[in-house]
Amino acid sequence: MIAFLTKRIGIGLLTLLAASMVVFGVLEILPGDPAQLMLGMNATPEALAAMREQMGLNAPLLARYAGWIGGLLAGDFGRSFTYSSPVIDLILERAVVSLPLALIALALSTAIAIPVGIFSAARRGRAGDTVSMGIAQLGVAVPNFWFALLLVYVFAVWLRLLPSGGFPGWSAGLWPGLTALLLPAVALALPQAAILARVTRSAMLEVLGEDYIRTARAKGMPRRYVLWRHALRNAMIPVLTIMGLQFSFLLAGTIIIENVFYLPGLGRLVFQAITQRDLIVVEGVVILLVASVVVVNLIVDILYAVVDPRLRIRA
Amino acid sequence: MSEASAPYEAPPPQSLARLAFANRSFLTGFVITALIAAMALLSFLWTPYDITHLIVADRMKPMSWQHPLGTDHFGRDILSMIMIGARNSIAVAVVAVGIGMGLGVPLGCWAAARGGWVDEALMRFNDVVFAFPALLSAVMITAIFGPGAVNAIIAIGIFNVPVFARVARAGALSLWPREYVLAARAAGKGQVLITVEHILPNIASMLLVQGTIQFALGILAEAGLSYLGLGAQPPMPSWGRMLFDAQTRMMVAPWQAIFPGLAIVVTVLGLNLLGDGLRDVLDPRLRRER
Amino acid sequence: MSLLEIEKLGLAIGGMKILKDVDLAIEEGEVLGLIGESGSGKSMTALTVMRLLPHAMQATGRVTFDGIDILSAPESAMNRLRGDDIGMVFQEPMTALNPVKTIGEQVAEGIRWHTGASRADAEAEARKILDRVGLPAAKFPLSRFPHELSGGQRQRVVIAIACALKPKLLIADEPTTALDVVLQAQILDLLRDLVDERKMGLLLISHDLAVVADMADRITVMRHGEVMESGVAATILTEQAHPYTRQLAHASTHVPDRRPPAAGSAAPLLEVASVTKDYPGRRASLFRKPEPFRAVDDVSFSLHEGQSVALVGRSGCGKSTLARMILALDRPTGGAIRLDGAETSAMDEAALKASRRKMQVVFQDPYGSFDPRHKVERLVAEPLHLMEKQPSAAERRDMVAAALHEVGLAPRDMEKYPHEFSGGQRQRISIARAIITRPKLVVADEPVSALDVSIRAQILDLFADLNGRLGVAYLFITHDLTVARAITDQVMVMHDGRIVERGDTGAVLDDPQSEAAQALVAAAPDLSRALARRLSGRG
Repeated sequence: MIAFLTKRIGIGLLTLLAASMVVFGVLEILPGDPAQLMLGMNATPEALAAMREQMGLNAPLLARYAGWIGGLLAGDFGRSFTYSSPVIDLILERAVVSLPLALIALALSTAIAIPVGIFSAARRGRAGDTVSMGIAQLGVAVPNFWFALLLVYVFAVWLRLLPSGGFPGWSAGLWPGLTALLLPAVALALPQAAILARVTRSAMLEVLGEDYIRTARAKGMPRRYVLWRHALRNAMIPVLTIMGLQFSFLLAGTIIIENVFYLPGLGRLVFQAITQRDLIVVEGVVILLVASVVVVNLIVDILYAVVDPRLRIRA
Repeated sequence: MSEASAPYEAPPPQSLARLAFANRSFLTGFVITALIAAMALLSFLWTPYDITHLIVADRMKPMSWQHPLGTDHFGRDILSMIMIGARNSIAVAVVAVGIGMGLGVPLGCWAAARGGWVDEALMRFNDVVFAFPALLSAVMITAIFGPGAVNAIIAIGIFNVPVFARVARAGALSLWPREYVLAARAAGKGQVLITVEHILPNIASMLLVQGTIQFALGILAEAGLSYLGLGAQPPMPSWGRMLFDAQTRMMVAPWQAIFPGLAIVVTVLGLNLLGDGLRDVLDPRLRRER
Repeated sequence: MSLLEIEKLGLAIGGMKILKDVDLAIEEGEVLGLIGESGSGKSMTALTVMRLLPHAMQATGRVTFDGIDILSAPESAMNRLRGDDIGMVFQEPMTALNPVKTIGEQVAEGIRWHTGASRADAEAEARKILDRVGLPAAKFPLSRFPHELSGGQRQRVVIAIACALKPKLLIADEPTTALDVVLQAQILDLLRDLVDERKMGLLLISHDLAVVADMADRITVMRHGEVMESGVAATILTEQAHPYTRQLAHASTHVPDRRPPAAGSAAPLLEVASVTKDYPGRRASLFRKPEPFRAVDDVSFSLHEGQSVALVGRSGCGKSTLARMILALDRPTGGAIRLDGAETSAMDEAALKASRRKMQVVFQDPYGSFDPRHKVERLVAEPLHLMEKQPSAAERRDMVAAALHEVGLAPRDMEKYPHEFSGGQRQRISIARAIITRPKLVVADEPVSALDVSIRAQILDLFADLNGRLGVAYLFITHDLTVARAITDQVMVMHDGRIVERGDTGAVLDDPQSEAAQALVAAAPDLSRALARRLSGRG
C-alpha cells in the first residue's frame, strides 16, 4: 500500500513538474512583448527597457523559470498588469465561485448517474432501461453551453424562476449565491451525468456476467443482494476512472459555462486573461487547474486501492 | 469514453456488413451521419439562400415557408448557414481525428512492441497531456496562435493523440502474448512486420469505434471553441458561433439558438449511435450477451 | 423416491435444441458420474437443476428435487434451496470468487443468509468448514482475499461455500479440469471424503472417464444433448456395451502405433546447457531490491534427431518458460542453448533465421493459435518467411497444399478462415504450419489438452505418423502422463525449475524414482487402474 502510494505520488509530482515546464515554455514562445503590452504602443524605448528590467524579462530563461516556481511554492503567483493586483488574490476571489460550481455539478452528476446506471443494468432490456438509456444517449450529444442557453430561456426568461446570469457574491447570502449557481451547475452536470450513467450501466453488466456472480447466486443469494453487495463494488473501478476524467472536463467546462452565465469565476478569469495577454494570470490559473487534476487523479488512485484489494500490494 | 482494453475477436469481414445493417443503432447512426455529410456536400453546390448577401429587411424572421428555420440578425437564412456550418464542423473533426490516429496509433503500437522505457515514457507523456483539461488547453492554443479553423483543428487534434495511443497500446499489449503472435515470432518475423500483419488488423475495429467517439467529441469541442470566438472566423458560419450570436437575442428570436444547437445534437447523436452499433457488431462478447 | 429426478428434460434457445429427453436420477448419498465431450449438454443439465440458466433458455420436462418441482418453483424457493440443500462447484476456480471480498465473508455470507446466524456465529461456522477443506486458520485466516490463494486453494474455498450447510446434493461441474494432476487428485479425494462423511448425493460432471471411474457409483453418458447410456459404473465401463462408451474408453487409453525413425547422427540436435531463467520478483518494499524469481534453474539435457521426448511437470514448474527459451522467444539469464551446433541463445534475430527453420512450434489452444483475420493459406505459409529464397505464389500454394495433405486436410481448405474448422482440425492446421519448413524439431506445448478424448487420439496418431515418416524430433510439454506414455521415447520430469528425473518413458512412468515423479504418477487418473481397483474392492 505504501509502495503503491509512494509511486503514485511520485508520478503525480513528475507530471506536475513537466506540466509547469510546458505552461512556462508555451507562454514563453508567445509572440508579443509583455512589457510592450503593458505599456501600450506609444511607450518610449527607454521606458520599455526599464519595464523589461523591472519585470525580470532580461534574466536567463532557466533563472526566470526557477524564480516562477519558487514564487508559486511560496504562494506568490506574481502580479497581474490588467487588474494591478496580486494574481493569488484574483484566484482566491474567483475560486469561491468556480469551486462550488464544479463541486455541485460533480455531486449532481454522480447522484443522478450512478442510481440510473444501476437501475438500467438491473432491468436491462426492459422499458425502464430503454427509456433511461435513450435519454442518456441524447444527453451525451448535447453541448453544455447550448443546454445552458435553453435552461436560461425556460427558467429565467419564460418562467422567471431563476436569475439568467451574474453572481451576487456570497456576501449577499448563501441562498442568492446558490440560486445563481444552480442553472450553471445543472448545465454542466447533465451531459456528464449521461456519460457516467452509460459507463455505470455497462460496467455493471460486465460484472454481472462474471463467474463469481454465478457463485454468489449458487449460494442462494437473491438477485438484488448480489447486485448491491457483489456487483456494485467491482463495477466501481471504471466508474471511478470516468469520474476522475470528468473532474477535468468540469473544470474546463467552467470556461464556457461561466461565459454563458457571466459568472466571475476562474474560467472566465483565464479566458479574459488569455485574450488580454495577461500571461502571469494565465500561468497561475492553468498551473493551479493542472495541480487540481493531478490531485484528483491521486485521490482516484487511492480509491482504486480501497475498492480493489489486488491493487494494494502491487507497486 | 470507456474503451475496453482487449481487442474484439471479430470473425473475418465477410458477413460484417450484413450484421451491421441489421443492428438498429448502427443503421440509425449511419443514416443520420450520411444525411449530415450529404447536407455538407450539397452546400458546396446549392443552398436555399446566398448567405453572403445581408438583407436587412429580412432580419430575425421566424420560421416560414421562405425561411424554414428563420433568419438571423443580419437577415441570413439559418438553414443555409447550418448547411455550410456542417462543412466546418465535419472538416475540423475529421482532420483532428486523423491527427490523433496518425500520431497516436504508431506511438501506441511502438510502445507495446518495445515495452521497457519506451512504454514508460509514453505513459508518462500521456499523464502530462491528460493533466491539462483539454478544452482549457485548446482555448490557450487558439488564443495564443490566433483564432481560426486551422488552429482549432490542431488544438483538438493534439488531445486525440494520447487517446488513440492509449487505445492502440492497450489493444496491442493484449495481443502480443497471443499464441498466433508467438507463432509469427517463431516464423522469424520482426516487430514491425508483426505489428503490420497481425496487430493492426486486429485492433482496427477498436480504433474505428474510438474514432467515431472522438469524432463526436471533436464536433462538440469545435462548437465550444467557435462559441468562444476561437474557431472559424466570420463570415464563415459555424454552429458554435451561431449560438453565440443568438445568445443575446434569446428573448426575441429563440429559433436562432435552437436550430444550430439541434444540428450539433443530431450530428453527435448520429455518430454516437454509429459507434455503439459498430461496437455491438464488432465485439462478439457483446453480441453473445444480447 | 430419488433425491433428484430428471425426466424428459428438454432445453432450447431460440429454435436450437440443446437437451433432448434427458432422464437422470440420483439417490441420497450416491455419486453419479455424468460423462460427455464438449457440447454434450452436461453443464446445461447441471445449471437447469440450479435454475441458473441464461435467460433466453426454455426448459421443458420435469425436475424434482426432494419433492420440489424445480422448474416451476418460485425464485424465492430456489434461493432457499441453492447453497443450502444443493451446493455447486464450478470448473474455473480462478474466477469463481469475488476478488474484492475476503474468503471469510464469502463463506459466511451464505451461512448467515440461510440460517439467520449472527456474524460471529457464521464466521465460526465458516472457520470450521475452511479447516475441513484443508485451509487451516494459521495459514488461511478469514481475512484472506482470493488473489492471495492459488487455484487449488481457491477451489477448496468454493467447495467450502458449497458444502458449508451440509447440502443433500452437491453438483461439481468439471471441478478439476483447470487444475494439474496432483491438485486434481487432492480435490477429488476431498470431494469423496466430504460425500462419505455427510452422506451427500454428488453429481460429478466430467469429460474424463478415468476420473469418474474412480468416484462414481453410477454413470450416465451424454452426447449431443441426449443420454446414450446409464447404469452401474463398473458394469458400464467393463462391458462397454454402448458403442459410444466403447469409443470413449478406447480413445482415452489410445496408444498410437509408432515406428520410431532410425537413429540419426550421434551429435545431439538440441543441447541445453546449464540454462537458468530469472524473472524480476515482486517488490516487497520501496527500499529493498526485489528478489528475482528463478523459473528455470540450471537445466541441462540434450535431444537427438528423430527422438520424441516429453517434458512433464505440474503447472508453474517452469516447463513452458523452458520451451520458450528453446524456441528463442525468450533469452535465458544464464547458460546456453544449441540447435544443430549453433548457439541460438546468443544470436540476434537476423542470425536466428537459419536455426528457426529447423524448429517450429505447436501450441495448446486451437482457437488462439491463429490470427482470425487470415486465411489458412496465409497462416500455414507464415514460416516460409524463413526460407532463404522466397517461394513464388504458385510454389507457396503447392507447399501449403502438401503440408495440409500431410496432416490429413484437403488442399481446398486453404481458402477457409480458421473459425470454419473444429478444434481438432485447427490443431491439424497448427501442425501443418509447424512442418511446412521441414523442421528437425517440433516443440509442442500441451498440444492435445484442450481437445476432447476422441479427437485427442487422432491428433496423437498424426504426431506419431509424422515422427515416423518425416523423422521430426519432438519435445512434448505436458502435464498429462497418458500423452507422454502414448507418444514419447523418453520422459524428463521437471519440478520447481529443475529437471529431477530423466529416463525411458516406460521406466519412469512405471517405476518413478524422484518424489516429484512419484507424485505425478500416483495422481494421474488411469482408467484401467481405476477399474481394477473397483472390481477388486467389490470382490
